Amino acid sequence: MQKKLLLGLLRSRPGIIGVSIIGFLLLLSAVAPFIIPIESYFLWNDPDYWINNPKTAAPSWTNYFGPKEFEHVSLDRNDAKVISESSGGIRVDNYRFEINMQADSFPDDIMFLYSAKYGDIPPVLQIDINRPDNNTFTVYYSSLPPSNNINTTFSDRIFSTNENIKEALNQYQSFFNYSISGLEPQVVIFSDTNNPNVLKGVYQISERFFLFDNHSSVEDAGLILGGKVFGIVGTDDLRRDLAVGIIWGTPIALFIGLTVSIFSIVIGLVYGVVAGYRGKRTDESMMRVNDIFYALPTLPLLILLSITFGRSIFLIIGFLLIFSWMGTAKVIRSIALQTRNFQYVEAAKLMGQSDLKVIFKHIIPQLLPLTFASIAIAVPAAILTEAALSFIGLGDPSLPTWGQILHDANTADAASRGIWWWIVPPGLMIALTGLAFFLIGNTLDAIANPLRNKNKRA
Amino acid sequence: MGLGRALLFRSFNMFLVLFATLFITVILLGSTFDKLQKEAIRNQVIDEVNQGTLKFENSGERLSYINNQIQLRSKISGLDQDSLNPSKLIHRVISVMTFDLGKSHFFTTDYGSSNVRDIIFEKVPKTLLLFTTATICAFVIGIFLGTYVAGKEGSWWDKSNSIFAIFSNSFPSWWIAMLMIIIFAFALHIFPARATPLSSPSDPTYVLDLLYHMALPLITLIIVSFGGVAYIVRYFLINILNEDFIHAKRTMGISRRKILYSHALRNAGPPIATAVGLALAASFGGAIILEAVFDWPGMGKLYYDAIGQFDVPIIIGLTFITTVIFLVTIFITDISYTLLDPRVKGN
Repeated sequence: MQKKLLLGLLRSRPGIIGVSIIGFLLLLSAVAPFIIPIESYFLWNDPDYWINNPKTAAPSWTNYFGPKEFEHVSLDRNDAKVISESSGGIRVDNYRFEINMQADSFPDDIMFLYSAKYGDIPPVLQIDINRPDNNTFTVYYSSLPPSNNINTTFSDRIFSTNENIKEALNQYQSFFNYSISGLEPQVVIFSDTNNPNVLKGVYQISERFFLFDNHSSVEDAGLILGGKVFGIVGTDDLRRDLAVGIIWGTPIALFIGLTVSIFSIVIGLVYGVVAGYRGKRTDESMMRVNDIFYALPTLPLLILLSITFGRSIFLIIGFLLIFSWMGTAKVIRSIALQTRNFQYVEAAKLMGQSDLKVIFKHIIPQLLPLTFASIAIAVPAAILTEAALSFIGLGDPSLPTWGQILHDANTADAASRGIWWWIVPPGLMIALTGLAFFLIGNTLDAIANPLRNKNKRA
Repeated sequence: MGLGRALLFRSFNMFLVLFATLFITVILLGSTFDKLQKEAIRNQVIDEVNQGTLKFENSGERLSYINNQIQLRSKISGLDQDSLNPSKLIHRVISVMTFDLGKSHFFTTDYGSSNVRDIIFEKVPKTLLLFTTATICAFVIGIFLGTYVAGKEGSWWDKSNSIFAIFSNSFPSWWIAMLMIIIFAFALHIFPARATPLSSPSDPTYVLDLLYHMALPLITLIIVSFGGVAYIVRYFLINILNEDFIHAKRTMGISRRKILYSHALRNAGPPIATAVGLALAASFGGAIILEAVFDWPGMGKLYYDAIGQFDVPIIIGLTFITTVIFLVTIFITDISYTLLDPRVKGN
């Protein structure tokens, strides 16, 4: 029977579509730890971790369809050309970054990153920008903040909103045919001198550190140009890479969906078989209880439970279990009612086998194929309910789930701001996962469900 | 089972579930509710002492007076008892059923009352307006569409209807709502993104404004639910169409159309009513979230906000009223099954 089930699944088109989607999702979950850093999972809700990303940037492939927006650039010391020279006791470390500017729009912001070790005499940092029109702007010239301890590394970042940069750029007004006062530094730096548009070409940005003693050293230097487009899925208001959230959400969703459905179906199976097999009074009272559970309003009670007991993922799975076994119990019971009158069951009973043995050895094995179908059918509901709970703001706060990404999007008014890349991908993943399990379950059910087959034959 | 007995039986079941839900709610949130009430009493006493004419010799006397007052008043409200005390539980269940829930900490009505009962009752009509309108529309569209495709089993229409139903089943309705906002509010500027009307309730144009703001949530609710209704209708109709008496009618020369719309639909009525009713009752939870997405000023939005602020009295009250609405929906479904089924009536 199990073999027939598998063959039937792989012979039908919806079955194959479902299996391929699940295969893809499993593959995604399996490779996730290897393609993205694992700490992005634990630090999903930590804004510091994502600080180097652009804010609310669209997916980068949108550049193929509209004006070419500036794509995010994040460079560290490995991307820089490092030149060290010393003259007269002063050592100069020069980190030179090259940017090929081809976009139609300006960057959102600029960050100059550095970390250095130094003692009593702080080094001086000078930032020069050599533009394609061969003008060189010195945008920053200042000493680093004083430090007391030579052994600690001092790290900081200079933002383009820095007052020094604004003042430094005002000196270059004479280069421009129009007024640059009031323009943001990142706009002035990348502007054509004749008209207020982007000057395309190669820019060389150097961070030059003047070190005045031997034990001072530059540990790292970097450059970040905040883009309007980033990655495959883009970023949200908290600068998180949404692609990472989508990928991490996959194993979590599969785990929740499968755990809830497997356990709820097992509970429903046992409950239904016992009720159907015992019949009479037992059946009557067990079905009463079933009816009561059926009529409980799921969402309000789920809300209450997670408010009172907490929001860990295992608790949520437990809560979902309470409200998801009744459907299976009802179907299984009606089948078990018929099964108990089958001759082999009666024969087993006459031979003096215990009820427990009859149930587990003779009745449940008959129901297994149907059980597999029910498990697959129950997954979408579990995933949808968990997503709904997360969406209300009652999901496990330590995990990046699709529902929570959508919750954040809703809190930030992403829909009315038109930030579609924050909304479409997570919802599509929920729908895709649900759809896949539904297709598989439906196909299996068509093969295994005796109630359904009877209808078909009629 | 006769009609009267069925009614009695269903009502009994309904009240049983209602009490079960209430007890669960009160047991779960009782202790938190107690804590909040104690805090409220404390604030009240301190306020009275600060504004009153009582004079104290020193701060110690003042403190002991305050503590005495708090204890006294807690005893009167039964707060000194354990929150799981049976008599107290019953007392509390009764107070929930009469909406005697005190004051909300964060919310007020349009007219400034912070009484939980007033706040909730102000929101209920708006939710019912949206939900019942959508339900009726989805019902009508679903029944006609389902009957139409049942008559053309296996056609392009039939297949696309099934696919649509599967999709609307596996997509979260609140996600569709967000997409609708992007399309109709952000990109096309046809409807407002926030469904809370801007004019005040006393304004003469308020009703029009309300309806205009209701359009987008309404359309969304209809879109996410009519596919499922049509699918259920089609499923039962096709089963009936394969029955012998339908074949007999066909040989008698009754037109296909008449068989479909009058004979088959009437016979499929009871199971359709049950299945559709249960599906709608289940979608009520989704409708609650939908309100939060659209900012429609009903119970769902209040629920969403109350959870965000952890306003326990409001949460308890809303749980009760949603349970009542949910159970009434199921009850009506059950009764309509009994009424539609000729076998029950004949008895």
